[in-house]
Parts: sequence; structure tokens; C-alpha cells
Amino acid sequence: MEVRREKLRDLSPLDQPSGPEELRVRQLRARDMLRGDLEGEDLQEYVEERLLTTTLDRAQKWARSNAMWPATFGLACCAIEMMAMVSARYDTARFGAEVFRASPRQADMLILSGRVSTKMVPVIRRVYDQMLEPKWVLAMGACSSSGGMFANYAVVQGADKFLPVDVHIPGCPPRTEALIYGILKLQRQIQGNPDLGWRRRYQAEGTEEWARDLPVATGATPPADSDA
Amino acid sequence: MPDAPGLELIARGLNSMAKGSVIDTSFDREQAALIVDPEHVLEVLSWLRDEPGQEYRFLSAVHAADYLPAEPRFAVHYELLSMARVERLRVKALLADPGDSELPEIDSCVELFPGAEFPEREAYDFFGIVFRNHPDLRRILMPEDYVGWPQRRDFPIGGEPVIFTHNEHEVPRWYE
Repeated sequence: MEVRREKLRDLSPLDQPSGPEELRVRQLRARDMLRGDLEGEDLQEYVEERLLTTTLDRAQKWARSNAMWPATFGLACCAIEMMAMVSARYDTARFGAEVFRASPRQADMLILSGRVSTKMVPVIRRVYDQMLEPKWVLAMGACSSSGGMFANYAVVQGADKFLPVDVHIPGCPPRTEALIYGILKLQRQIQGNPDLGWRRRYQAEGTEEWARDLPVATGATPPADSDA
Repeated sequence: MPDAPGLELIARGLNSMAKGSVIDTSFDREQAALIVDPEHVLEVLSWLRDEPGQEYRFLSAVHAADYLPAEPRFAVHYELLSMARVERLRVKALLADPGDSELPEIDSCVELFPGAEFPEREAYDFFGIVFRNHPDLRRILMPEDYVGWPQRRDFPIGGEPVIFTHNEHEVPRWYE
């Protein structure tokens, strides 16, 4: 993984009050600002010190990628590694993906942790359909990615036969670190480019939540930054 | 475990009860087995269960097998256990393949041993062996709408080749 160590912005002296007098000065300036007494260059300086500007789109992506809620959904032995992911040793709370929800209605990330038997397909598909949009799927391990060692009639040869999978994590089972790495990859994917193109790839245009209730005749025009 | 002479005594007792019910016996690796005529399997099982001196009261397993090149092709195995003497006895009923997509049939032993219900469903599910008078004969492990009998030897095992870099060229434009 590429580790980026950005140099911390020099926060002193204004972000860290050096003493009680400095703190008092800052409080007075904040009061002036709220009253509207701060004008011209003083106001400009004040705002530049304290505000970070970005687009709403980027802020939304940042919020989405840093608060993914996985569904509590274990399929096989990979689920043991998935459970270890939230333990104190690995602690995915560092990346905001530790809240395993008991209901797919409250989750937006599905980790396919194990082999997918043909009898399980309708169940998984229903869980996936019930999840909130936008939603992401991680195929964890060899079995859910390609069938793995189960090259037989009973196991689906790759979960992307019936689901759009965003990230495939190799391993049998993948270590917990690998799973967390997959989640980090998914975060970068979400932050970088929301158009994953999977609806086009799976001929599923028009299944977005915002498009379902639209009449077909008027032609559903997607919002500019949609995930279609 | 009955020893080899004991097994012959059981076979003789059964044949005197229902003539021709035991076709053969096998005593292999200290395991006793009776090869019985599938038409008499219920009589054999009830005799082994109720006859004083036998009392194999517990049916520990029912399973099927496919010996494809051999004839008759299918077999249903009943693993009996006498709890009092801790003796095990295997009863094999060999079933011929009726061919023409017809299924082999045998009497269900659920009346004698209620615990046989699920194992018989499993044998039906995987081998397509029909148990006559079974209370609820349908698939148990495979999906309800599944077609075929997957544990038969002539059933394709399924799966598909995984594409690695070394065999990528065999499936051109796989990524589309």
C-alpha cells in the first residue's frame, strides 16, 4: 500500500494558544467576528485561518468512504477473519468500518465472506437489494471471487455472477490485514471516482433508487454526479 | 459386531423367515454386511429390529451409493446398531438402474425407524432413489428447482476453469 505522509500544516501560533493572554485575544476576535465588527483584511485573515473549503461532492464522498457500515453476514470460514477485523487487535474503527449492523436496511457494505452455494444466491441477492444506496460489495477470499477450491455443481463460480462486486480480496482465507487493505482500496475508489460503471457493465441502468419510480416515457435523466 | 459365523446365522434366520431375502453376506475388515433383496428390505429390517436375540433397535445411518460400472448399479445402505450389545450390522439393498430416466425405487423404512426420514430424503436428493411411502419425499439440501442427481457417478462435477496468467491466452477476451 502506498503510504502518504503529508507534512502537517504549521498550526502555530494561532491554532494553539500559547498562553492565557493569547487565548483571550482569540476569544475577543471571535466575538468581534460574530458581531460583524471584523472587516476588511482582518475578516479575510480570520476566515482563512479557520475554514477549509471544498465542494459538497467531495465532502460527501469523504463522509461516505469514512463511515461504511458492513452488514453482519458471515458465509463461511472467512467470516472468522471478518469478525477479527473489529477486534481490539485489528480495530477497523480506525477506518470507520467497524459498525456491523444486524439489518441490511442499515448497512451499506456487504462482505461476502466465504463460498456462495447456489442455494444461498437468492438470500444474498435479497440482502443486497435491501441495503441502502450507495452500497458496496467486497468479495472476500478465493471462493466468493472465483469459486476457489469448490469447483463443483453446488457453489457459484464467483459472486459477480449475480452481484456487482467492487473489490476482490485474494486469499484462502485472506488475513484480516488483507481485508482491511481491501476496505482501504474501496475507500480510495469511493473518494476518487464514484462512477464505478458497474450498472453499465451489468446492464442494470435504471435500477438506481432515484430512477425506480420515474416513468419510463419521460426518460430518466440521472443527476450529474450519480453512480449510474 | 457379529462374527462371521454369527452373520451366517442371521442370514439363515432371515432366509427361513422370508425365503430369498438375503442374497449374500460379506464379512470384510471385521464389518458384517447382509446383501438383501430390495423387495424384502422392510421384512429384513423389522425382523432384525424385533426378533428376540437380534434387537438392532437403532438405525444409525441410511445412505446411498452408486457403483456405476457394476450391475446392479445403486445401493441403499442401512447401518444398524444394537445398543445393548454394541454390535453393528450393515444391510445393503442393491438396486438396478431402470434406465430411460426412470428412477430406482425401494420401500421407505420411516414406519420402522422414524429417524430415517431425513437420510432418505438426502439419498433421494443426491442419487434420485425413490423411497415408496415416504411421508415427505422432496429435496433436502439442493435447491427445490434443481434438475439432476448430483452425486451419481455420471453427473458432471461442474465448476469452470479459473483464468490465471498462465492460461489466460486460452480464453481470449475473457474480460469482456
